[in-house]
Amino acid sequence: MSQAITQSHSWGMAIDLDRCTGCQACVAACHAENNISVSDPESAAKGRAVHWIRVDRYYEGEFPDVRVKYRPVLCQQCDEAPCEPVCPVYATYHNDEGLNVQVYNRCVGTRYCGNNCPYSVRFFNWFDPVWAEPLQLQQNPDVSIREGGVMEKCTFCIQRISRAKDDARGEGRPLKDGDVQTACVQSCPAEAMVFGDLNDPESKVSLLAKSGRATQLLEELGTKPKVFYLERAK
Amino acid sequence: MLVTQIPYHQVRDDLWRPLAGASKRYTLILALLSVVALWGLVAWGYQIHVGIGVAGIQRPVFWGFYLVDFVFWIGISHAGTLISAILRLTDANWRKPVTRAAEAITVFALMIGGMFPLIHLGRVWLFYWLFPYPNSRLLWPNYRSPLMWDVTAISTYLIGSLIFLYLPLIPDVAQLAQEASGWRLRLYKLIALGWTGSDREWHALERAMKLMAGIILAVAISVHSVVAWDFAMAIAPMWHSTIFGPYFVVGAIFSGLAGLIVALNIIRKTMHLENYLLPHHFDNLAKLLLLMSLLWLYFTFAEHLTVWYGNEPKEMSVFGARVSGRFSPEFWLMVFVNFAVPFVLLGIRRLRSITTATIASVGVLIGMWLERYLIIIPTLSMPRLQSSWGRYAPSWVEISITVATFAAMAALYLVFSKLFPIVSVWEFEPHEEEH
Repeated sequence: MSQAITQSHSWGMAIDLDRCTGCQACVAACHAENNISVSDPESAAKGRAVHWIRVDRYYEGEFPDVRVKYRPVLCQQCDEAPCEPVCPVYATYHNDEGLNVQVYNRCVGTRYCGNNCPYSVRFFNWFDPVWAEPLQLQQNPDVSIREGGVMEKCTFCIQRISRAKDDARGEGRPLKDGDVQTACVQSCPAEAMVFGDLNDPESKVSLLAKSGRATQLLEELGTKPKVFYLERAK
Repeated sequence: MLVTQIPYHQVRDDLWRPLAGASKRYTLILALLSVVALWGLVAWGYQIHVGIGVAGIQRPVFWGFYLVDFVFWIGISHAGTLISAILRLTDANWRKPVTRAAEAITVFALMIGGMFPLIHLGRVWLFYWLFPYPNSRLLWPNYRSPLMWDVTAISTYLIGSLIFLYLPLIPDVAQLAQEASGWRLRLYKLIALGWTGSDREWHALERAMKLMAGIILAVAISVHSVVAWDFAMAIAPMWHSTIFGPYFVVGAIFSGLAGLIVALNIIRKTMHLENYLLPHHFDNLAKLLLLMSLLWLYFTFAEHLTVWYGNEPKEMSVFGARVSGRFSPEFWLMVFVNFAVPFVLLGIRRLRSITTATIASVGVLIGMWLERYLIIIPTLSMPRLQSSWGRYAPSWVEISITVATFAAMAALYLVFSKLFPIVSVWEFEPHEEEH
């Protein structure tokens, strides 16, 4: 399994907040790609809607000079993830590509990881999922359906990473920057999001992460997130 | 004191009398409690069948009533062990009529409290994955998780407190076996383990009890520290606190004492043990309760003062919600019943009586339940990113199960008091040789 070539990855993302228009295309794309069930109005009102990526709104200034800033928030794939040590059954752990992976079949549903995530990006399946007809016809065969009682969250589209690696191996070439695109990155009309390998010093995401505009969310907690937010320096 | 003036055969008759037969009232109350407890099981079954979503918990409040109940009952369980172990170790003679009742509370409260980690699981049918055993998943449990510390600590505590209740029960059941017949004889004989009352046996029992008292004390403190660390190890605002271990231990003893006082008062009235559970027993326990109330206040004050002075915004959100925001009615009610009421009723000597001690204890039970609610819910409602703030309200399932546990506790206690003398008999037996 763990070949030298796979160990060399450290998947990361850069999101340009000056470009984000808050259009929510990433949210819709993520739902379609990752078989996220669509909640009914009642459970959404209860706080049970599942969105592996969400767009937070921040208001700056006083009326009438108000500016809205949008910040897409997804699992930050922390290198020091607070959710990992608290899981009693290793349902969430760090894999050798730096991903904070969730093994649905191991999860018994203590929900401790959800409590200990400072970004609140973990979602619980309160019931077995249902899709209103005909939405079940567009389910992605590459992504498992999560049963009731287990935790789930953004995977950085791990199925796309696997496919890209398979394709590269089939063509007998190493994986190159841009081979992997997560659903949210692919669908962003403003091209505000970039995905790639932080271990490749020349990758687009590496260069952006090293730029002076890069910040991390709640970085003072020392969680070492691998999502970088790009903002104009103040 | 006074009890020793009653001749031993009289003591035996008095304490054995409640074991014989069951009054109409007893049967009725037991039936009623059983129905309520069974209703809780029905609610749990419904939750397992339909999904944990029938509870009111939701993102971001992933833990609700179940965890509050868990901490509450584990706290109550500290009645027996700590009180009876401390009093045994310090040779406090007045403890004799009190210890068995306390030790029984421990065992039953632990059995009930220990169920909540199961009840709150999303996939409870896989609960055994939390135990370390060679398995087809080739996975050892993650002992970095405080939940694994919980599993270890609580199972150790349950086994330990069972032994601690069992040991001093042996001479009593051996005596009972001499006069029992039918199923009772078989039960008592089985439990008595062939006890004959030889010097060697007495010596071994005494030594075992001393040893267990020491061990159980350490285990009890570790258990509630671990329960506290379930929260303190998380980086959530107002959970990540260094004093949570001792704070929780103090709160546990506090609520355990209150539970014990209430139970003793009920036992005293219903079993007519006025000659055994004397006012001075309640007086001593009430003083202990007052002491724990002050200790609890000190910890609560220290915890909130440091947060307030530190003025860290995320912590202050939770602090504000508790002290002056939407959780403030519960907060000030908690301070009132946990501190003001015991301070006045038990602190003023003229007011201190069996009745006021019981009133204060009922208040403390409510207050300590609220304390756990106030530790768990506000923090989870207000995670660091404000966009994810949420609210929590329990569903009928959570309320049913919570109510059912109180009924189950009372029912177990009723059954226990029919099978075994709730006040240890043999300890009143005059000994030729003094230890």
